[in-house]
Parts: sequence; structure tokens; C-alpha cells
Amino acid sequence: MQYTEIMVRYGELSTKGKNRRDFINRLFGNTMKALQAFPALQIHAKRDRLHIILNGEDSQAVMAKLGLVFGIQNYSPTIRVERDMNAVRQTAIAMLKEQVQQGATFKVNTRRADHNFEMDTNEINADLGDIILNAIPELTVQMHKPDITLRVEVRLDGIYLSSQTILGAGGLPVGTAGRGMLMLSGGIDSPVAGYLAMKRGVDLQMVHFFSPPYTSEKALAKAKELTAKIAPYAGSIQFIEVPFTKIQEEIKNKVPEGYLMTIQRRMMLRITDKIREMHHGLAIFNGESLGQVASQTMQSMAAINDVTTTPILRPVISMDKNEIIKIAEDIDTFDLSVMPFEDCCTIFAPPAPKTHPNMEKTRNYEKLIDVEGLMAESIAGIKTSEIRPDQHFLEQDQAEIADLL
Amino acid sequence: MIYFDNSATTAAAPEVLKTYQTVSEDFFGNPSSLHAIGNKADNLLTQSRKQIASLMKVRPDEIYFTSGGTEGDNWVVKGTAIEKHQFGKHLITTEIEHPAIKNSMAQLEKLGFEVTYLPVDKRGFINPADLKAAIRSDTILVSIMAVNNEIGSIQPIKEAATILEDYPNVHFHVDAVQSIGKGLEALLQTPRIDFLTFSAHKFHGPRGTGFIYAKKGRMIAPLLTGGGQENNWRSGTENLPAIAGMAKALRLLLTNEAAKVVQQRAIKEKIYQHVKQLPKVTLFSEDAQDFAPHILCFGIEGVRGETVVHAFEDHDIYLSTTSACASKTGAISGTLAAMHVPEKIATSAVRVSLDENNTMAEADAFIKAFDQIYHRFEIINS
Repeated sequence: MQYTEIMVRYGELSTKGKNRRDFINRLFGNTMKALQAFPALQIHAKRDRLHIILNGEDSQAVMAKLGLVFGIQNYSPTIRVERDMNAVRQTAIAMLKEQVQQGATFKVNTRRADHNFEMDTNEINADLGDIILNAIPELTVQMHKPDITLRVEVRLDGIYLSSQTILGAGGLPVGTAGRGMLMLSGGIDSPVAGYLAMKRGVDLQMVHFFSPPYTSEKALAKAKELTAKIAPYAGSIQFIEVPFTKIQEEIKNKVPEGYLMTIQRRMMLRITDKIREMHHGLAIFNGESLGQVASQTMQSMAAINDVTTTPILRPVISMDKNEIIKIAEDIDTFDLSVMPFEDCCTIFAPPAPKTHPNMEKTRNYEKLIDVEGLMAESIAGIKTSEIRPDQHFLEQDQAEIADLL
Repeated sequence: MIYFDNSATTAAAPEVLKTYQTVSEDFFGNPSSLHAIGNKADNLLTQSRKQIASLMKVRPDEIYFTSGGTEGDNWVVKGTAIEKHQFGKHLITTEIEHPAIKNSMAQLEKLGFEVTYLPVDKRGFINPADLKAAIRSDTILVSIMAVNNEIGSIQPIKEAATILEDYPNVHFHVDAVQSIGKGLEALLQTPRIDFLTFSAHKFHGPRGTGFIYAKKGRMIAPLLTGGGQENNWRSGTENLPAIAGMAKALRLLLTNEAAKVVQQRAIKEKIYQHVKQLPKVTLFSEDAQDFAPHILCFGIEGVRGETVVHAFEDHDIYLSTTSACASKTGAISGTLAAMHVPEKIATSAVRVSLDENNTMAEADAFIKAFDQIYHRFEIINS
């Protein structure tokens, strides 16, 4: 079916009062960015819908990209025909024939924006219903919850037909919630937390700690690859790599074993908070799930959280591992996450980390290291890059390998 | 030279050999080594697997590299037996399988497993009803080849799959060595299939390499244990030059597959139509759609297959007496015996097997040579 446009309905936007204009503008911008591979498209943002005029671009390919744009409730591939009932009838039949299954039910739902059109709503419904029943005997009419609803809109510039409503990604347009930093390790949870944050409109930047030679280049590449995996939801994502070797070595040297992990996490959080400030972020996100490991008990969280008053948001806090894995599989980060490269959370992990660290002891042990000096040195070594969805990091020698294979 | 013995082996493609050499020189590291040279090799291994998986439309972790078709067949049969013996000791296969399957089954029989060999009709096809009747509560494996290597009959894999839908615990293996690149993608992608075996040298890849597809979630025991390569399923340092070469050969094979299949079928059809009209020719293959496009098996009455092979050799045309593996021993074809072709006729069988490099001009040259050979034996035997 050669569709002429895609009609996009907004999600929760409609409830957002006077911020509405900002939301729509942001969604418009994000949609433009997501669809930049299709130069012929024209996109118009209206008060309650976005119209994407296809101008010959492939509707399936466009819709696949649209499915990744947060803030879209659903969308319908649509055909515009001239204001001529014969054209409407033919198109309606062709459209339903493509979708029809044995025993399916349907109804026609007409709306008229132009009340001067020669037929009224009921006449159009009845006319098309008759024609379709004759042309496609497998179909029967059903008014309440039919399998297929043929929507017909009579407007001044033509008549618009659609028969499918496809669920969008939901959520809020990325950027509408403001900027946040995600502490991305490379495991299963943090990419899921990042995805969920973006779904609620966060403009996300990744903060990744790496500790060569304790962690390999591959672990860093994996974190970048994970970022590229969820970058389609945002267009591109800033990736901030923070050298952490010296801090870990210092802590290992000076801090009692039971508190290694707690102090390490406090340092990570301090640095992330500093970066957040530099990048004008409003909050810090992480992949903590209550009680999953020693650092994710409430006592541990309190002892770690102690270093900042910045909101630390934990999108997967209440999820079971299986629920997190389910989302990781849906967004296709799971297979990457389980690749076995050591990350800086697992090195120097004491055999028995404190699950109930004492706040006073924590603060005192931290005084054994030069917090300010180490942070400054680490932040001076930060590298920042912009990661796009089509980038790959785990695969080297691409050109040479393409030639070989 | 006209090479019509592509089911025995194919000539490695020049591009494949180039890959083989470059990889041997520039990616010589062991993929398991931790350093950069090892990583470089590991990366190529990963990419090769990914490419093969994507061409086969499966997941990369469903592809396991082997040393070829014989290993793949042995592995799935014996690996299933080892893995699942506590659930049952009954296996089902057909009377026309490649010896790699048949002899693996025979070995298991000596260890106390029971094997049902499904018969074929006189055209060379199993009957799905026989499969249904053969399945027992202790059946652990059904292994059926997709394309018979001697006469080219395409077995009713879809029908077998439908039957096996009701027996979800039974492993379903399909020996696909002769069917890759022959326009049978839809058949090989039947969802109920659990294992597929492939061999690189049948599609212009390097010798001594191949792969199996193993559906995610299905387990077979390893036959080669050791350093834990291939996800601990098949140990041994990976044959990276051959694997990369195979990935390339597979890509080349499947490029324009449909057109290549049409061409092979046209050549087969031309030869088929010619020999069919001669009174002393027995045809064991058909030109019907349920026969592969590249295999044509026939015999000249009263003339031994090997005599015909040598006679064609004088014309610089190379074919074989049915399966190359059995041809040296002079054993009669297992498939023809299963079809109840009388031994005297079966010994006359020769096999023409084509690939995408064969041409219509070669078909014409073959027909010309055939007529001379046919005429000569007609006089001698009269």
C-alpha cells in the first residue's frame, strides 16, 4: 500500500497545560532528527497531532524509526485522496484487503472537518460499509470493538483514510525533563535505567569509570557500544570516560577492606556530581536495584549518597532482576551486557564488603585519602565523545574485515 | 575442462583463498589470547560468526564452527545421544543418509541405542507417515537430510517438522550439506528444525571447515573437549583462516542465489531432456520441483558407472559414480539400494552435480560427449 502520510498522536503531552508548546516543539525536533535519513519527508507539528507527509518515502522504514521516538502515543499510516467518493471507495477496499483475515470484523468511522461536503458522516459510513462488505465477503460489520476500524476524515484539502493504529514508544520527548547523568557500568541494569530515564524525557549523558590495566580496552568499548545501542532514542548521547585507576589504587592501599567498595562508590558519586555541575545537569541516574548487591542495601545507599544532595534517581530500584532482564532484551542491550569483561566495580571487590556500612566510620576512613586532589586529577583526565546509533566500538579493523569477509 | 562433480567438492573461490592467506598472515594470533594480537583474531572470529548468522537469519550464538560436514553430523547424532541418553535411547533417521550419519548411528547401536531407519519410495522420498509411526516416548533424535547427495531428492522436511511439533523434546537435525545455496532457504528456516549441518568446501570455501546451527536452548554434549572454545561446545584452537574464508564463500554463494539456481536447473533440465529420450538410459533423478536443481543421477544400461566416469574423463569432463565417498570402494549406492533399484541397474549409476560456475555451453559439450559414449556402448553391447 502506497501511503501518503503518517499521522502521529501525542502521548501524555495533551495533559501538560501551558508547557504544551515546548513539548510539541521538542517532539517535533526529535522526530526530525530521528527521520533525517529520509530527505523527502515534510513534517508539520499541529496542536494535537504531527503530520508526516511521505512524498514517496517508504512508510515501513519511516515507521520503524518513529517507534523509537518517546512522546508518541501511536501513529497511523494514512492515504490522502481527492474529495471524490469513488476514489475513497477504491482506496478503502484496497486498504482493507491488505489487512483482512478470515472472520475479521470492521467498522467505518467518519469525521468531517468540512461540513459542506456533499455527504454527511452517517451517509459516508453506510456507503463505505456497503461497498466493503460487497468487495470483501470475509469481513463482517461490528460496531463494538471491531478488529479493524477504517477511519475517514473529510478535510478541505482532501479525504484521509487509515485503518491501522500502531503503538508508539510512549513516554515524554527526550529533553523535556532536563539533563541528567547516568552512571553507566556495562552491566545489565544501568543501560536499562538509562533507557527508562530517557523515556521520561531526560537528556542523558553517560559517565563511565575505567581503570586500565585492571579493566581492558574491551570493557570501555563495551560501555560505548551499549551507549550506541540506546542512542537511537536520543539521536546521539554524550559519553564521558573518567580515569579511575589511581583512585582505586589509593583506596586499596589506605582503606580497610570492608569499606573499599563504599568509599569507591562515594568517589564515583562525587566525581559524577562534579561533572553534572560542569554540564548543567539536574540529577544523577544509576542502575541500582534495592538489595541486589552489597552496595545496593539502603544502608549502603545512605552511606554513599552522603556525599551529595543532588537527586539520585534509580529507575530500576523496585524491579526484580528478571524484570530488568526483560527490558534489557527488549531494547537489545542484554547480549552486550553479559559479555564477560571485568569492569571497575568488580576489581578490588573485597570478599566481604559491608552491607551495613557505618556512616561515621565511612566518613573517617575517607579522610585517609586525598579526596580533593584525587578528584581533580581524575576530572582533568576526562575524555568526552558524542556517540551516534550507527557507531561500533567492539569491532575493530572494520574496513580490513569487510574486505576479508 | 568441464567439472560436473560439485557435490563431491567445489573449487575454492579465488577471493576465498585470498582471505585465507591474508588471515593466516595478518590475523595469526590465537583468538583466546588476551593481548591485542589475540583480540584482533577474536574480533575477526566474532565478525565471521556474525556474518554467517546474518546470512542464515539466525543468532550468532547459534552458529558453531566445526571441521566440516562429517564432524557436524557426528556431533549432532552422538552429542544428542550423550546429552539425552537418560531420557531415551531411540533415534530415527532414513535409509538414504550420508555415511556420516548412518555410521554414527551404527556406532550408537553397538552401545545399546536403538535406531529406526525410515525407508524411501522408489522415487527416493521418505513418507512422513512412517516418521509419525516411528516416534516413541523414548525417541531423542530425528535426523533427516534435506537434499539427498546421490539423486537430489528434497525430503519432506516441512511435513516432518509439522509432525515433530507434537514432540517438542525430540531433537530435529537436518543434514543441509547439499542444500545450501540451492534455493531452499525457506525449507532450511523451518522453525521446528533444531540443528543444521553445513560444510564449507561444498560451496567454494576452504576444506576442513564447516558449521552447525544449533537452536538457542537446545543442548548437545561436546565431542571435542578441551580449552573451552566455541562456548565450551567444541574445543580446539579455531581454524580462523578457514572460518573467515567460509564466511566469505557463504556470502558470495548467497549473492544472487535465485538467478544461480535458475541457471543450474536449466542446465540440469537440458541434459535431463536429452538423455531421457534414449532407450538405454535409466534416470534416478527427476526434473520435478521436489528434486534439487543441481543433481542428476542416471545410468546407461549394462555399463558400469565407473566405466562411464572414465569414458567422460577422456572428454575432459568430470562426474562421479553417485557419492564420491563410496565410489572408490565400489560399493553400490546406498540411496539406490534403499529405492530397491536392482543391483545390476544400480551399478550403472553416475551423478552429474552442478554449481553456479557451470554454463549452458558446458551442457551442450556434455551432450555431445554423451552421444558419442552412448553410441559406442550401444555398439559394444549389441
